[in-house]
Amino acid sequence: MQIFHRSTNTISRATIYGAVFLIAVLLWAVLELQRSPYITYAKVARPQPVPFSHQHHVGGLGIDCRYCHTSVENSSFAGIPPTKTCMNCHSQIWTAAPLLEPVRESFRTGKSLVWTRVNDLPDFVYFDHSIHINKGVGCNTCHGPVDRMPLMFNYASLQMEWCLECHRAPEKNLRPRDQVFNMRYEQPSNDKPVVLDGKLYTDQLSLGTNLVRKYKLRTVTDITSCSTCHR
Amino acid sequence: MAGRPASTTEMKMEEKNAKQHREDICPGKKDKLDLQTVRAQIAQTKGPEYWRSLEELAGSSEFQEMMHREFPKGASEWLDAVSRRGFLKLMGASLAMAGMTACTKQPMEPIVPYVRQPEEVIPGRPLFFASAFTLGGYASPILVESHLYRPTKIEGNEQHPASLGGTDVFAQASILGMYDPDRSQTIAYLGDVRTWGNFLEAIRGPLNAQKAVQGAGIRILTRTVSSPALSDQLKSVLKLYPQAKWHVYEPVNRDNVLEGAKMAFGQPVETQYKLENADVIVSLDADFLYAGFPGSTRYIRDFAKRRNPDAGNMSRLYVVESTMTSTGAKADHRLPVRASDVAAFAGHLPAAISTNEPVPTLEHPEQQKFTNALVQELRSHRGSSVVIPGDHQPLVVHVLAHEINQALGNVGKTVFYTDPVDANPINQTDSIKDLVADMRAGKVDMLFILGGNPAYDAPADLNFADALKNTNIPMRVHLGLYQDETAELCQWHVNEAHYLEAWGDARAYDGTVSIVQPLIAPLYGGKSAYELIALLAGQTEATGHEIVQGYWQKQHPGADFDMFWRKSLHDGWIDGTTFSPKQFPMKMASYLPFAKNPPNAIEINFRRDPCVYDGCFSNNGWLQELPKPMSKMTWDNPVLIGPAMADRMGLRTEDLVTLELNGKKVTAPIWIQAGHPDNSITVFLGYGRKRAGRAGTGAGFDMYPLRSSATPWFTTGVNLTKAGGTYKLATTQGYQTMDTPEGARPQVRTASIEEYRKEPDFARDEEPPAELTLYKPYPYDKELYVWGMAIDLNACVGCNNCIVACQSENNIPVVGKEQVVIGRHMHWLRVDAYYQGDRDSPKAYFQPVPCQQCENAPCEVVCPVGATVHSTEGLNDMVYNRCVGTRYCSNNCPYKVRRFNFLLFQDWETPQLKMMRNPDVTVRSRGVMEKCTYCIQRITQHRIDSEREDRKIQDGELQTACQQSCPAQAITFGNINDPSSQVSKFKAITRNYSLLADLNTRPRTTYLAEISNPNPELET
Amino acid sequence: MDEQRQPGAPVIEPGYTFGTVTDKISSIVLTRPTSNGWYLGFGVAFLLTMMMLYAVGYLFLRGVGIWGITIPIGWGFAIVNFVWWIGIGHAGTLISAILLLLRQSWRNSINRFAEAMTLFAVSAAGLFPLIHVGRPWLAYWLFPYPNTMNYWPQFRSPLVWDVFAVSTYATISLLFWFIGLVPDLATLRDRSTNRAAQIIYGMLALGWRGSARHWHRYETAYLLLAGLATPLVLSVHTVVSFDFAVAIVPGWHTTIFPPYFVAGAIYSGFAMVLMLAIPIRKFYGLEDFITERHLQNSAKVMLATGLIVAYGYAIEAFMGWYSGNRFDSFLLWNRLHGPYAPWYFSLLACNIFIPQVLWIRKLRTSPVALFLVSGVILVGMWLERFIIVVVSLHRDFLTSSWGMYYPTRWDWMTYIGTIGMFLAAMFLFVRILPMISIFEMRTLLPEAEVKE
Repeated sequence: MQIFHRSTNTISRATIYGAVFLIAVLLWAVLELQRSPYITYAKVARPQPVPFSHQHHVGGLGIDCRYCHTSVENSSFAGIPPTKTCMNCHSQIWTAAPLLEPVRESFRTGKSLVWTRVNDLPDFVYFDHSIHINKGVGCNTCHGPVDRMPLMFNYASLQMEWCLECHRAPEKNLRPRDQVFNMRYEQPSNDKPVVLDGKLYTDQLSLGTNLVRKYKLRTVTDITSCSTCHR
Repeated sequence: MAGRPASTTEMKMEEKNAKQHREDICPGKKDKLDLQTVRAQIAQTKGPEYWRSLEELAGSSEFQEMMHREFPKGASEWLDAVSRRGFLKLMGASLAMAGMTACTKQPMEPIVPYVRQPEEVIPGRPLFFASAFTLGGYASPILVESHLYRPTKIEGNEQHPASLGGTDVFAQASILGMYDPDRSQTIAYLGDVRTWGNFLEAIRGPLNAQKAVQGAGIRILTRTVSSPALSDQLKSVLKLYPQAKWHVYEPVNRDNVLEGAKMAFGQPVETQYKLENADVIVSLDADFLYAGFPGSTRYIRDFAKRRNPDAGNMSRLYVVESTMTSTGAKADHRLPVRASDVAAFAGHLPAAISTNEPVPTLEHPEQQKFTNALVQELRSHRGSSVVIPGDHQPLVVHVLAHEINQALGNVGKTVFYTDPVDANPINQTDSIKDLVADMRAGKVDMLFILGGNPAYDAPADLNFADALKNTNIPMRVHLGLYQDETAELCQWHVNEAHYLEAWGDARAYDGTVSIVQPLIAPLYGGKSAYELIALLAGQTEATGHEIVQGYWQKQHPGADFDMFWRKSLHDGWIDGTTFSPKQFPMKMASYLPFAKNPPNAIEINFRRDPCVYDGCFSNNGWLQELPKPMSKMTWDNPVLIGPAMADRMGLRTEDLVTLELNGKKVTAPIWIQAGHPDNSITVFLGYGRKRAGRAGTGAGFDMYPLRSSATPWFTTGVNLTKAGGTYKLATTQGYQTMDTPEGARPQVRTASIEEYRKEPDFARDEEPPAELTLYKPYPYDKELYVWGMAIDLNACVGCNNCIVACQSENNIPVVGKEQVVIGRHMHWLRVDAYYQGDRDSPKAYFQPVPCQQCENAPCEVVCPVGATVHSTEGLNDMVYNRCVGTRYCSNNCPYKVRRFNFLLFQDWETPQLKMMRNPDVTVRSRGVMEKCTYCIQRITQHRIDSEREDRKIQDGELQTACQQSCPAQAITFGNINDPSSQVSKFKAITRNYSLLADLNTRPRTTYLAEISNPNPELET
Repeated sequence: MDEQRQPGAPVIEPGYTFGTVTDKISSIVLTRPTSNGWYLGFGVAFLLTMMMLYAVGYLFLRGVGIWGITIPIGWGFAIVNFVWWIGIGHAGTLISAILLLLRQSWRNSINRFAEAMTLFAVSAAGLFPLIHVGRPWLAYWLFPYPNTMNYWPQFRSPLVWDVFAVSTYATISLLFWFIGLVPDLATLRDRSTNRAAQIIYGMLALGWRGSARHWHRYETAYLLLAGLATPLVLSVHTVVSFDFAVAIVPGWHTTIFPPYFVAGAIYSGFAMVLMLAIPIRKFYGLEDFITERHLQNSAKVMLATGLIVAYGYAIEAFMGWYSGNRFDSFLLWNRLHGPYAPWYFSLLACNIFIPQVLWIRKLRTSPVALFLVSGVILVGMWLERFIIVVVSLHRDFLTSSWGMYYPTRWDWMTYIGTIGMFLAAMFLFVRILPMISIFEMRTLLPEAEVKE
């Protein structure tokens, strides 16, 4: 007496092999999801009370980063401009623009604007803007082409592996200090060499290694110690 | 220090949360609901984890109080906490299933800028403001760290002579006092919320009525006032109402000092000591090395300076004392005698010193020996010795001390006399007696109690509470930080502004005036005493700022006032206000020959508590959980009793006894205190509060009922009987001896100065050779910085400052008595106290133990997830966010300096506490290991700054929190790669040794052995 | 080799045929009605399991602080129980693997439920490392896997070795047990009349038809697994002992741990086997299959391993004195005179002195006596782990940080709960699977002899 049909053999074999692949695929999916914008918000614009356009202000009007982010050079926190900073200009221009009503209201009532934080690290990570600026890490190295962002989003995943990419090989990203705030800076190439101390550099590696020495970067083991970022 | 980017938002967010919170809690329904949860939970379990809730729900009165509280934390916490933890757990589980990494999807966070940003503030960087903390009228000059105008940390004012960078525990912990969510938050009339306006109206009528009778019915009761501005105000009020009276009382007063001075000089005189000039220091029951003794911060520094065996010319300390204190622990020779025998002892000295006649024979041979030696020493150190009487000793002792110091010609060299710091130096006990008499005589129509809590701490025989309740004074006003026992008995309660919220001024022990400036607008719109007195003076709307500034404008008229004012604020003191020493002609003292009390009558001592002082700090969790210097006791005030007496009475630690003194009874547990004299017991004041708040209420035992105005400090004739039963006490130290059945463990290395000279490296016999390892050692010599710490056990006086400073700097939670009992206190830095030798008069040692930052750290190899790893600068980093909490590291740590969050110890709900936290340090959650990091946040900040300025970190510029607050400069931290750094120099000294050296863990924290300077004659 | 000619009682009473053996064993599962005793036993065990789930649920909600652990005693019941359970597991593997390779045919009747026992014991053990961590939802960080933190476990830590040791052990045991079951599952499939049972057993039997090819494959696989499992008997508890031996805590930091942990493991394992075998053979009348011989042999194994363990204690004590190390010598003093001295002495009694009665043949062969002695040994082995974990930690280097450990209600609930879980699993096992390997019993029959 047979309980199972002949085909059961094939089916069972198939399922056994299938299971292996299925599990593999699941794991892969999870890892992908972990790095996806769904988790990291990378390149996802966030809702803001005022649709402030960096493209217009930086790219268009050429306002320097430090006009608004005043403490970026001497504090861990770059700083977000107080309403006053907006009103410096907007008490003169676009005074009636309905889009700017929240700003004017904040200025009238003295109640702060409530923005949504864009580049938001976990609270156990202690990032310091000033030292990165000082060592020649350009704004757009991490923040991306802000001058082409009509609405602000975080350019990178901001995950630990991303930080480590640079902390493990800083020379790949460093640039001369005077270029740090240059949004259109490009890494040296044969047709676009970069001048440092009167010397021409045509490739990032030689420039970077030079800067590492010039700016007295601590060794890779130093800057990959846990306490560099975690306390 | 770098603030986290988030910090801009925080302050605003807090307010939001606070509102949110109120909405959650206030509708009675919800409130009741979670209260029921709590009670239900408590019904089914008494697990230690419920300590908060338990304490709050103990007794229906607290229950009521809790219902009225704005943030019924215990309750709300239960609901939130559980739901949140529940969520965490579920999330965690599902994650584990999915096998995803730790970083879950982060919620969107708001970020809130200023509307108009003040110039001086750089978001992410703290500002420091000079101010002063006042206790007993004496100001401790401080600097307050402020993150976006939130005060977060108290530090000593380096420039100020009374601080020199050091602080005391009370000042350190006062920051928590300000953020205490249990503080009184409204003006209240008969318990109902009122406004300042209501109060003004209510008071106007009666005041006018008083005008007619010249204020005959007005009584003002303050604590000790050293503030020039306030006393000036009060005087003007007394001018306005000639019949009104200003009474002063606080339980820990200096009446004896005052009376002594009056008898010796015919007028109140402040006595200061210059310990750095003293070769021989004699303490007559004076605990001058612990907070609460005026000038202690400075005295500790000067004392420590002269205790350095390597600098030579060490001073010698003789202590004649009753209860064992940290001062006694540092003594080269300590003579335990009953407090009531100190006078008799001191009585022998003057004659013996002035006339070279021999000391009269005493009954105790060792006393005889001690006295002889002491007299010899004093005779041979004229002008370079000092005798310090204890505040609580009767006036005769003070007169004797004056006499001796005069006879030895110490005055002008080690002893200085100045005008009193107290602006109104009157006998406070008499003062409150008079007040109560007037109250009972019905002479009082308006009673203003400014600060203080007489209903709780006034002498028992006066029965102040009863007088307040039953003499129906028509207008009783209480100004205080808490709705305490006194507030309960007054119709009007005005919530006082904390000193960090209000303007004021006060004098340090040397008379220097500091301006007290507010660091934040009053959290609950509180009022200061200045503003209340201004009311009486008729200036209804005067702000504290106007009053204080106005007063000093009068003192310093002229165009440059603005400059003067700014400078005073900036420096933290006002130039030219320091008292200059004066000569006071010594009157021939005519005190009665003091009666010797029967040798075996039991004596009871009342002392200010080392942690909660007189009870005014009893709701300060940091202080409640601060181990008392000698017993390491927290959350309680057991009866201290000597070993001999305990043996005789068959008592063991934690046995309950009943104390009976003139009709009053108190039942409390005992603690056998080594070195406590026989036939004498000591009780600390300030516990057993009924309306202190969630931390203080119900902690310990109220000893005030035993304390009468006649004998406020000690008296014989107390009747001590075994009550039966025991009571669990919470101490933080396992064992207070270094001797085990299998030999002594050299944890604290000690030697006498002679031995040290003979064998300078006696402490280093267990240091392993450098090459004793199989692995290739890390090339630290290549590093720019290699951090290390040296702790000088000779300098350390066990003042506990470092513990509180660390707690404040590193967001260390308070865990509560139940958890301390189990052994789960969280202090990153502990101060171990060890006793050696005869239990009745032992040697005692202190040893501060932070993380030793071992180079071969046993904790690192066993952590399965690499959450604790070595940094290139030799630090033993602890990465909280990576820790999964196996506790393996703690097991493998020979120093047991690691602390584990067994439960959610950190308070994540209370908005005030969120505002208090240091934004530069991660707030640890449940299930995570934590430990001392050498204040890595400070190291990182200084490194970043120095690199930006392209320079090296200067030695001394970077200080850890413990080091900074240490008045003795016992803790030195720095770069041991730089031979010129202070710490390297210390580590080069031969008495430098590492703890458990033979384990070859190579600690970065090392100790300088304790060297005593005994009198050879007493050695044999 | 010929069983009958060997001394001592036979491993199977005479008078059985292939058919009767098969009937007797399979009937327990297929035909016999479930007794009330079973329901009662299972019910109790099940309730205990629920209690454990409650305790663990509450643990996840509040944190490990609900246990008695503290500083300095960072590990308490959780680790004690973990080591205890893992140890118990060992007997199964030993019996099935090593005795198989040694051609000890007396194993045939007890290996099946010994293996089952191993499986359940290991799963009980495996629970603790997971729940004892402060943040259980992150426990998977102990596994190496590519993550966005670019961070790996710390491979120097014995806890990571544990992860591998225990998980391997669990996998191998499961496979070994299941492979061994396949032929019998087929038997049940063929003998069961009820459709559902047929399908379920059928699926589990993986289409076993008992063809020569099947048997050949089976033998190879079984031997291979036995070969794999054999080293595990030694390795797993060695690794577990490293958790302690690698640390510097006095009382942990000793080289003798691996051997005497393994010995102890087998010691407690056999004790557990007997505690299960004796009642089972009673209730299901299997005295003919699990004979005096089995009891005796197990008793002898216990006696031997027990003596090794005793030697371990002796050496520990000796070195404590001989080393002259102030911490080790104090540890010895503390065990003998410290607050936990009563525990230490009862440990000596349970593990060393009482079991010596097994020298007496009469007791060796009396099921009741064996049952009791086994119980005593299990308690003793638990105490041993308690002494190692708690007593070593509670007074270590600095006198100032000495402490005491008081287990809480939750500690006990979790511990007893796992025993319940273990028993519940056992009950289900004897009810739905052949607790004695049918075909292996058949090989013991005279007919089998003739065939060869």
